[in-house]
Amino acid sequence: MKKSLLVIMILLLSFSLVLSGCGSPAPAPEAPEESETETENGETPAAEGDVIKIGVFEPMTGANAAGGALEVEGVELANELYPTVLGRPVEFVVVDNRSDVVEAANAASRLIERENVVAVIGSWGSGFSMAGGPIFETAQVPAVAASATNPLVTQGNDYYFRVCFIDPFQGVVMANYAYNNLGARKAAIIREVSNDYAVGLASFFEDAFVELTGDPDAVVAISDYQTGDQDFSSQLLNVSNQNPDVIFAPGNFTESALVISQAKTLGIEIPFIGGDTWETPEFIEIGQENVEGVVFSTFFDADAPLTDETQVFLDAYRAKYDKEPAAVTALGYDAYILILDAIERAGTTDGPALREAIAATDGFPGAAGMITLNADGDAEKNAVIKTVQDGAFTYLDTVSPE
Amino acid sequence: MSFDLFMQYLTNGISLGSLYALIAIGYTMVYGILRLINFAHGEIFMMSLYFAFYGIAIFSLPWYMTFLVAVLVTAALGMLVERAAYKPLRHSPRITIMVSAIGASFFLQNLAVVIFGGRPKAFPTVPMFTKVIRIGNISLQALTLYIPVATIILLIGLHFLIQKTKTGLGMRAVSKDHDTARLMGVNVNKTITVTFAIGSILAAFGGIMWGMKFPQIVPTMGLIPGLKCFIAAVVGGIGNISGAVLGGFILGVGEIMLIAFLPGLTGYRDAFAFVLLIVILLVKPTGLLGEKTAEKV
Repeated sequence: MKKSLLVIMILLLSFSLVLSGCGSPAPAPEAPEESETETENGETPAAEGDVIKIGVFEPMTGANAAGGALEVEGVELANELYPTVLGRPVEFVVVDNRSDVVEAANAASRLIERENVVAVIGSWGSGFSMAGGPIFETAQVPAVAASATNPLVTQGNDYYFRVCFIDPFQGVVMANYAYNNLGARKAAIIREVSNDYAVGLASFFEDAFVELTGDPDAVVAISDYQTGDQDFSSQLLNVSNQNPDVIFAPGNFTESALVISQAKTLGIEIPFIGGDTWETPEFIEIGQENVEGVVFSTFFDADAPLTDETQVFLDAYRAKYDKEPAAVTALGYDAYILILDAIERAGTTDGPALREAIAATDGFPGAAGMITLNADGDAEKNAVIKTVQDGAFTYLDTVSPE
Repeated sequence: MSFDLFMQYLTNGISLGSLYALIAIGYTMVYGILRLINFAHGEIFMMSLYFAFYGIAIFSLPWYMTFLVAVLVTAALGMLVERAAYKPLRHSPRITIMVSAIGASFFLQNLAVVIFGGRPKAFPTVPMFTKVIRIGNISLQALTLYIPVATIILLIGLHFLIQKTKTGLGMRAVSKDHDTARLMGVNVNKTITVTFAIGSILAAFGGIMWGMKFPQIVPTMGLIPGLKCFIAAVVGGIGNISGAVLGGFILGVGEIMLIAFLPGLTGYRDAFAFVLLIVILLVKPTGLLGEKTAEKV
């Protein structure tokens, strides 16, 4: 018996290492290349000069893969429309960060060291951007996040920018919606505790909601789950038992869809509200009729074109994919054209010069609205509130920052 | 905590536990007969969900046909894994085969990423299983009632197979000693193949029920249920089929009750399973229902 006990202990230890190292079970970093690195060429051959490589740093597998895929669609489309800059062809290289913060740092290093990219787009999921950030900064390669909303992505990092708003704003928007539109005076939070984005957004929501109600105990319950969890019944019972008027549940789209479905199974009728991550097709596919009526904030609505570029983007997207674009797709598109514009203005792909050009972006017309970057490198934009109606995301309202 | 609320927690715990139990049976059966911890069991479980998904989504078969096909394809996969990863190592030390099992597990997971893609898919649910039933103030899905019944039927079936049939006699002989069993005229390879096929069928059955309850499939989803069911099997006494069921229920109810009574620990529910494993290994290494077997050294 001793021998098998030893074997079990060894296995337990090795597996616990795997588990503690990363949220999702990715094998060792030196994993084969064919599954995660795709190279897509611009149409023009490299005749008139060297190819300019832009790295796309996104989750293509794992829990957040759907979000990464939506942003890559936007980059791909932008690359088709604008395949050259400074007379040189632009190529984008997708590297998979596997929805995993440890793997994200490896993926970031791979972009810098092996692919020699001049700039980086991404990532969906603030945590991955935060893991890659210091690597891009050290290498002096500017990065532009499409939809990473946690303020810490750009704070203290001179080389990280973003084309979207940040969570302190998003938290206020949703707290206002809960307070004014739903008439909520008591809220509960169910958050994905292993996700920096969800934890950050939950705390901004809590601060804003407490301020609105003037009641320090306005948030009656906070319950956590881990990325990849599938059973949320006890969290839901714990929370609903406190009788909140609304449940704010920021987190990954698949887990959130399961949370809301299981709430319906348990007979919980409290309305659910959430953040921008919910706007993926998988959220509705998994949640089906259970997610009808949930409300969340996001970046962009295709029915309200904002700039001339919006129309260009929408026409090209509808022609190519024959469906309506998600907000993050427009943002991925914007990140790409913003970088191209900055390379044009800098006249070089040299890191520090390109960084200055991106930082100086002022009134740049993107598909998802005008982009002006502030001192932190964040864009200040309107938030759009959407709901799910008849199995589709439907526009409710637009909120501008005060 | 009110009585109704407690009963709702308990129902949820039993519902989760019965799923763990179902998958743990397959784990423990392979161990009981081959003394091999089949770490690819979680991945076979995951594969069965994809087979069922494609059966419904692409070939639009009716659900009962899909499940039958998925179960059979999964059984074939289990036999293939045995043939490729374990059979060539039949005479190697047990630790070698176990490392090969971990390799098979990672291989299947990555294969699934390549073939099926990394994006999560929505598992098509069947209303007969997922409809919500209310008993008093307690709500539960219909499958919460079916799964324990199915588990008991499988338990009786397995008991009959192992104790009363010739194949079962062969399995018991192989579990004692490969060489002696062969001398007695048992076809060892065939017996082991059958064992894997049955283990995989159990994984597929558990997988499909899992998909009904948690309708979301990704290639990495086999790992945590696989580990949890391994823990359930060890807690109950690995190799003991009733023990696996007991372990599954203890784990399911324990996880739910931990969060119910200590809401501050919601982020630690996976840790609960591992702590339980460590405690059991330290206090009663043979598990709750495991028999003490003297091992040859």
